[in-house]
Amino acid sequence: MEMNEAQVRNELRSFLESNWDPNADLLAWRNKLIDAGWGMPSWPDRWYGRNMPQHLQSVVAEEFARIGAVSVARTGIRLLAAETLLAHGNDAQRERYLRKILTGEETWCQLFSEPGSGSDLAGSTTKAELVDDEWIINGQKVWTTSAHHADFGLLLARHDWDIPKHQGLSYFILNFRQKGVDVHPLRQMNGHASFNQVFFNDAKVPRSDQIGANGDGWQIAMTTLMHERRNAGNIFVEARRRDDFQGSIYEQEAEENKILLEPYTWYPQRAGRVDLVLPRARATGAISDPVARQEIAKLLIMSRCAEWTALRARAAQQQGQPQGPEGSLGKLAGSNIARQASKVHTLMTGVDAMTSGDDSPEAGVIAEILLSVPAISIAGGTDEIQRNIISERVLGMQKEPRSDTGPFKDVRKN
Amino acid sequence: MFAFTDEQLQLRESIRRFLTDHATTSRTRELMDDQEGFDRQTYKRLFDELGIGGIHVPEEYGGAGLSYVELCIAVEEMGHALYPSPYLSSNVLAVNALLFAGTSEQKAELLPAITSGDKIVTVALYEESNRSNIEDVTQRVIDNSLTGVKTTVTDGNIADQFVVVANDGSKESNSPCFWLTRANDPSITQSATTAIDTTRRIATVSFENVKVERLGDRESDDDEFERFMSFAVVALANEMVGGAQRLLDSSVDYANTRVQFGRPISSMQAIKHKCADLLLEIELAKSAAYLAAQAIATNDPAVPAYASVAKAAANDAYMRAANDAIQIHGGIGFTWDNDTHLWFKRAKSSQVWLGTSETHRERLLDQIELLETD
Repeated sequence: MEMNEAQVRNELRSFLESNWDPNADLLAWRNKLIDAGWGMPSWPDRWYGRNMPQHLQSVVAEEFARIGAVSVARTGIRLLAAETLLAHGNDAQRERYLRKILTGEETWCQLFSEPGSGSDLAGSTTKAELVDDEWIINGQKVWTTSAHHADFGLLLARHDWDIPKHQGLSYFILNFRQKGVDVHPLRQMNGHASFNQVFFNDAKVPRSDQIGANGDGWQIAMTTLMHERRNAGNIFVEARRRDDFQGSIYEQEAEENKILLEPYTWYPQRAGRVDLVLPRARATGAISDPVARQEIAKLLIMSRCAEWTALRARAAQQQGQPQGPEGSLGKLAGSNIARQASKVHTLMTGVDAMTSGDDSPEAGVIAEILLSVPAISIAGGTDEIQRNIISERVLGMQKEPRSDTGPFKDVRKN
Repeated sequence: MFAFTDEQLQLRESIRRFLTDHATTSRTRELMDDQEGFDRQTYKRLFDELGIGGIHVPEEYGGAGLSYVELCIAVEEMGHALYPSPYLSSNVLAVNALLFAGTSEQKAELLPAITSGDKIVTVALYEESNRSNIEDVTQRVIDNSLTGVKTTVTDGNIADQFVVVANDGSKESNSPCFWLTRANDPSITQSATTAIDTTRRIATVSFENVKVERLGDRESDDDEFERFMSFAVVALANEMVGGAQRLLDSSVDYANTRVQFGRPISSMQAIKHKCADLLLEIELAKSAAYLAAQAIATNDPAVPAYASVAKAAANDAYMRAANDAIQIHGGIGFTWDNDTHLWFKRAKSSQVWLGTSETHRERLLDQIELLETD
C-alpha cells in the first residue's frame, strides 16, 4: 500500500531518531540505512529500497537535512551504474554490486567515449572477443571521469563487426584492478586533469559480468545516458555544507568527497558564473558603462528566461500536462548563457583578462571561467547534437541521410 | 505557478479555433486594402461568442473579471493569427488606462461600450519629443484644453475617442498623465499614416484646442504612467511571442516539404539547427512573457523588471524568427504572395513600438534589484 507524506515523515523520523549518530562509523551507518531501505527509498524493496514514488523523495531529503544525517553514497557516476544494473542487470550482478555502490566502498566510471567516436557514440571500436568463458577487451576509451580511482567501469564495446553498428555493441562491467587496464590522466586547456584515457590490452571480463545479451549494448547505454541527463544537476548534491553539525562521521564523509568531487571543481566556471556578474559590474564600475550594460542585460535576460523555462517545464509536468518543447532546451540554453557570460566577464575585466593565477581577478576564477566555458557546448552531447535532437524530436524535422547503415566493418572510420 | 490551468488552456483553444476560421490570411489580405483595416462584424462576434472583449475588466463594467494572464493568452493568439483589429489599442491599452486612473463614472460610461466592441478608444502616446524616451512627454493640458500632434497612434484612424498622454499644465514639472477626449469630437483631426504593417493601423492625430477631461479625480501619482507602460509592454510581448511561434511553425512546415538536392531541406543541419535555435529563443521569450503576465495578475512589485525582460526577449525572438523564416523559405519568402512578410512587418513594427530591446535592457538594469531579491 502506498504511504502518504505524513506516514513517510513519521516513520523516517522515528528511524532516524533511534539510529542516527553523528559519531558512528560511516560504513556501518550506511549499511544500516541500506538495510532499512532509507538510502534509496525509490528503489524496489527487494533491492534496498521502499518502492517510494518520486514525489515523496523531497520529504526524505528534508528529514535527512533537518538533522544533518548523512545518506548513502550518491556522488559521481555510481548512481548511473546502479540504475543501469537495476534496469538491465541480473540478480547475481545486483547482489554483487549494488550494496557496495551505496556504501561508497567501490567507485565506478563510465567507459563510453573513444578517440574515434565522440558525438557518434555507436561508432565504438573497442573490441570484445569471447574466448572460452571470458571476454577479452582491446581498445581505448577517453574522457573518463574518475577512472584513476575507479574500481569498476561501465563498458560499451563491439562484439560483432559484420552487422550494422548499433547492433554489434555489448555492455560489460570492467574490473579496473587487473593487468591490461592502463589509466592516464588527460590534461585540459584550463590546466585541470579531471578526465582520463583508459587503454585496454587483453583486459578480461568474466562472462558473468556482461549486462544483457550480445547486441544489447546500445539500448543499455541509452538507459545510462538518460540517468546521466536526469542526474546532471545532482552530482554535487552530497557536497552541501555541514557547518551546522558536528561529529566524526562528517570527517569521513568530507574525506570521501574530497576525492570524488575533485574533478568537478571547475564545473561552475564552465557554466560562466553568472552569479559573479552583478557584483563584479558594481566593483569594476562596468555597471555605468553603456556598452557593458547592454551585454550584462542580455546575459541576465537569457539566464533568467532559462530558469523560468525550466520552472515552466516542471510545473506543466506536475500538472500532468504533456511535456512541451521547453523541457529539452536547457542544455543548449546553458551553452549560450556560458558563452555570453564569458564575453561579459572579458568586457568587465579588460586587459587584466590577460592574467591568471592567484593574483589575477577573483583569485584566478575569472581566468578559469574564460578557459573553461569552451567545454560546456561539447561535454555531455555537443550543441550540434542537441540541435539535431531538438529539431528531429521536438520540431519533427527529418533526419539527415546516413552513410553508416551497412555492416560496421565497411563503414568509414577515423 | 508557471503552468496554465486547464481552463486557461481551453480559453486558448477556443480563441485559436475562432481565429483559424475567421482570421485567415486571405481575409487579412483583403483587410490590408480596406479603408478601416479591420472587420467590425468579426470583432464583435469574437466578443459575443467568446466573451473576450473585457477579459480583465470587472464584471460590474461588463467584463469577464479574469486576470491579466487570460488577457495575455487572448493577445498571444491574436499575434499568432495576425488578427487585424484594434483589440490591443482599445480592449487592452485604453481599458488599462481607464482601470488605473478612471473614476467610477468614467469607467461606467466607457468600459461597457469598449468591452462590447461598440466603441473604439485608443491611447495617444507618442509625440515629437518622446520618440526615444517614452516618458519625455512635453505636451501640456491647460484649462482642460489640449493643442498638439500625436504620432504613430495605433488605430488612431478609426478611434471614436482618445485617451491622451499629456502633462498637467497647472503643475510646474512634467509628469505624464491621462486625459480623455469627447467622443467623435470634430476638432480632432485623424489622418492615417502609411504603415509598413498594414494589419495594425497607425495615424497622426492633431488636437487644436480640444476639450479634454482628466482621467481620474485625484492627484496623479507618478507610478500611474509607469504602471500603464509596464502593462502595455507585457501585453505586446505576449502578442509577439504568438507571432514568433507562427513563423517557426510555418518555417518547419515549409522545410519539411521543400525538396532540393533530392531531399527535403528540413534534413539539412543548416536548416534544422536554425530552427532549433529559434525554438529555444522563442521558448525563453515565452517564459518571460508568461511570467510577466502572471506577475501582473499577482500584483508582484517586480512587474516593471519582468516587463522589460519580456519585451527585450520578445523583440529579439520575433525579429530573429522573421528574418530566419524568410531565409528558410528562400526566394519565395521574399515575395508578396507568400505570407511570411505579413508577420515580418508585424515583427518590425512591434520591435520599435513601446521600446526597443536596447531601451528595455537599460530599464532592466536600472531596476535590477527587483529581480535580485526574488
